[in-house]
Amino acid sequence: MNDAQTAGDAAPLELRIDAKRFLSSDGTAVEVVRNLELRLEAGSFGALIGPSGCGKTTILKIAAGLDADFQGRLRTPGAGRLGIVFQEPRLLPWRTVEDNIRLALPADQANVDLADLFGTLGLGSHLARYPGELSLGLARRAAIARAFAIRPDFLLLDEPFVSLDEAVAIRLRNELVALTTATRVTTLLVTHDLAEAVQLADRLFFLSDRPAQILFEKTLPPPRGTRSKDLVTEISEEMRAQVAQAVARSGQS
Amino acid sequence: MLPRIFSLATLIVVWAVAAALAQSRLLPDPLTVGRATLAEIRSGELPFQMACTLGRVIGSFAIAMLLGTIAGYAMGRSKATDRFADSWLIVLINMPALVVIIFAYIWIGLNETAAILAVAINKLPNVVVVVREGARALDPEIDEMAKAFQFTAFKRLRHVVIPQLAPYLAASSRSGLSIVWKIVLVVELIGRPNGVGFVLGSAFSLFDMARILSYAICFILLMLVIESFLVQPLERRANRWRRRPA
Ligand SMILES: Nc1ncnc2c1ncn2[C@@H]1O[C@H](COP(=O)(O)OP(=O)(O)O)[C@@H](O)[C@H]1O
Ligand SMILES: [Mg+2]
Repeated sequence: MNDAQTAGDAAPLELRIDAKRFLSSDGTAVEVVRNLELRLEAGSFGALIGPSGCGKTTILKIAAGLDADFQGRLRTPGAGRLGIVFQEPRLLPWRTVEDNIRLALPADQANVDLADLFGTLGLGSHLARYPGELSLGLARRAAIARAFAIRPDFLLLDEPFVSLDEAVAIRLRNELVALTTATRVTTLLVTHDLAEAVQLADRLFFLSDRPAQILFEKTLPPPRGTRSKDLVTEISEEMRAQVAQAVARSGQS
Repeated sequence: MLPRIFSLATLIVVWAVAAALAQSRLLPDPLTVGRATLAEIRSGELPFQMACTLGRVIGSFAIAMLLGTIAGYAMGRSKATDRFADSWLIVLINMPALVVIIFAYIWIGLNETAAILAVAINKLPNVVVVVREGARALDPEIDEMAKAFQFTAFKRLRHVVIPQLAPYLAASSRSGLSIVWKIVLVVELIGRPNGVGFVLGSAFSLFDMARILSYAICFILLMLVIESFLVQPLERRANRWRRRPA
């Protein structure tokens, strides 16, 4: 039905989903994504923005290669490794924080020095704890550390900062900027927070309600990550207006 | 610990009183049984017979756990396998232990292999049922995570699957140990020239109650020791991560 393949080094992410359906509990097929086409240049930071339940997580899992049950085509960047932060921390409850992070590494790198990463994410004093003992914020940070520890070529983030303390979220966003700038990893962030997307990304994809389609996309001028609060607000306002127009247009047609 | 000692002490007192009242060769008092036990231990007879039985218990238990875990996992993970093997499982569950033992001795011969296999097959369906339950309850979100981070098969088994199956494995080990040793005695009674079951059989034909009681008590004690010094510590270790901060 689809042909997934991995391109050579530093290739863009190319994803086309003609249709993605789920069987609902009463046996009828529900179309969650339709005619979606998305291209993200190597080393750039894209954001998928859309309302809750529109199909963002579904798209992200398809991009991760975790869900091959769709009509379309996927080409992932790099021959290399995928780092992913799921919407839930998804740590192994029976392994310590440090083991959880190191288990994601290939066997020959299981003992590499991660002190810097642990320091950046403020995990240093929690490494020996079990996930059940962590606050959600700490568990999220451990999940982010796991995705970064493997030095991914391709990074997928599913609403990683939702339901965190705003202060913690701000810090983690800054850390994300620092980490992605240092490594130039191709990143796709899923969020329903427009300001967050505007602050972090250089390419925005706005999704419609279910079935998800791209309403319109926008490239933001660099530098990303360092945009001032005022600039973020200004761009967000402009985007909001354009989204409203796009929704109106798609409603008419 | 104390209430347990008290309850056991009471049991011994009741036994002593009953023996004193009965004054019969068929219910020897605790002291007589104790003396008989000591004599059996000194002669080396009891340790030898217990070792034979224990070897069979360990052998059948290991086979049942290994095969049962593999089959249970396969059935819990694959609907097709489950549909195919479920009726076999129902047959096995409802097969009387004695029938399995007789078949094994007739088809394989009156030997050690037959004895150990017969016991293992009796225990097997219980392991399959419990592990299948565990395999069905494996967390799909964690599976997806392991797939995304390209866990090798070994890593998945060791860090994802076994920790989740551990409570189910522990549950079936506990019930397993007691089922297995009871059936091992029957197998020995019917077709082995040694082991606790064999001794009990010959003591039965001589109405040697002191001997029967001393072997039974020693074997129960041995199983209790294994349970509290092996099974329980392993279980605690597997559940270490469940501790929560105060
Ligand atoms: N495994 C599934 N089976 C059936 N329906 C699903 C499944 N996963 C998601 N859905 C449905 O697809 C829609 C999109 O879900 P999701 O991609 O999680 O949205 P989002 O991440 O944008 O909130 C929702 O309506 C959800 O109920
Ligand atoms: Mg989602």
